[in-house]
Amino acid sequence: MKAKIHVTLKQGILDPQGKAIEHALDSLGFKNAGNVRVGKYMEVDVNETDKAKADAAVKAMCEKLLANTIVEEYRYELG
Amino acid sequence: MKIGVVVFPGSNCDHDCQHVFRDVLGQYVEMIWHKETLLAGLDAIVLPGGFSYGDYLRTGAIARFSPVMGAVKEFAKKGGMVLGICNGFQILLEAGLLPGAMLRNKSLHFICKDVSVKVENAATSFTSAYESGQVLKIPIAHADGNYYTDPVMLAAMQANAQIVLRYCTLEGKVTPEANPNGSLDNIAGIINAQGNVLGMMPHPERCAEAVLGNDDGKLIFLSMLEALKGNRKQLKMVGA
Repeated sequence: MKAKIHVTLKQGILDPQGKAIEHALDSLGFKNAGNVRVGKYMEVDVNETDKAKADAAVKAMCEKLLANTIVEEYRYELG
Repeated sequence: MKIGVVVFPGSNCDHDCQHVFRDVLGQYVEMIWHKETLLAGLDAIVLPGGFSYGDYLRTGAIARFSPVMGAVKEFAKKGGMVLGICNGFQILLEAGLLPGAMLRNKSLHFICKDVSVKVENAATSFTSAYESGQVLKIPIAHADGNYYTDPVMLAAMQANAQIVLRYCTLEGKVTPEANPNGSLDNIAGIINAQGNVLGMMPHPERCAEAVLGNDDGKLIFLSMLEALKGNRKQLKMVGA
């Protein structure tokens, strides 16, 4: 199974990169763009056929390494 | 004293730390490759600055899983003194030996310059040779030094005087303008509640000799040696 994992800074934590991009979008005339958040995208092949097992494994990966849950949040799709 | 300096792939301040302890202060220094799992006979451990594992994923995130870190944690748990400088501080945070996390500098820039830092707590094993409130000139060199922790932890650290170093003006005023990276509460260095693990973003090893034009950082290392000799001041944590 393949896990597609997104890690971003938690809402409420200043994302300086997101802010910089937001300003650039604004300068380009995209006045409708706001609240830009920059994150990481990772793909991991998980050698499991059972979805529940794969899910538990990916969650543990995120908690232990892929995200720093003090400042970041994560979400993923399994397929 | 026998000081261990851990060398991760990508460490680049390890030899500076070795130089200060060995050549400036006349101590025995052992360089410890990150694959070591046993740390015998050491009096203190330094996690030096650099870019361990290329800062992949997050600063310090991979180094934290280096084989040596198990032994470092064990050493710290037994009360051993651990100093983390810059990337070493980031590793201590990722390893959970200190609370909080690092964010990208508010300006997004890598900042490499001398800054003013105030000694907020001179009653620690790492700062006892300074005067309380003393202002140091000391260089920083990082892109991720924007310290963050939740309000509950911040209040606890303030109450325990765990915030040891803060960015300030030349006159020692802690202001937003004197904050180079957006760090919460102008935090430049913190200590754990037990008082044996210190992390700091500024580089004391880069200003520990008069010949370099600045030796403000030397007293960090001298404080450590003094503490190790058992000559430390009465370590009384004073509430902030």
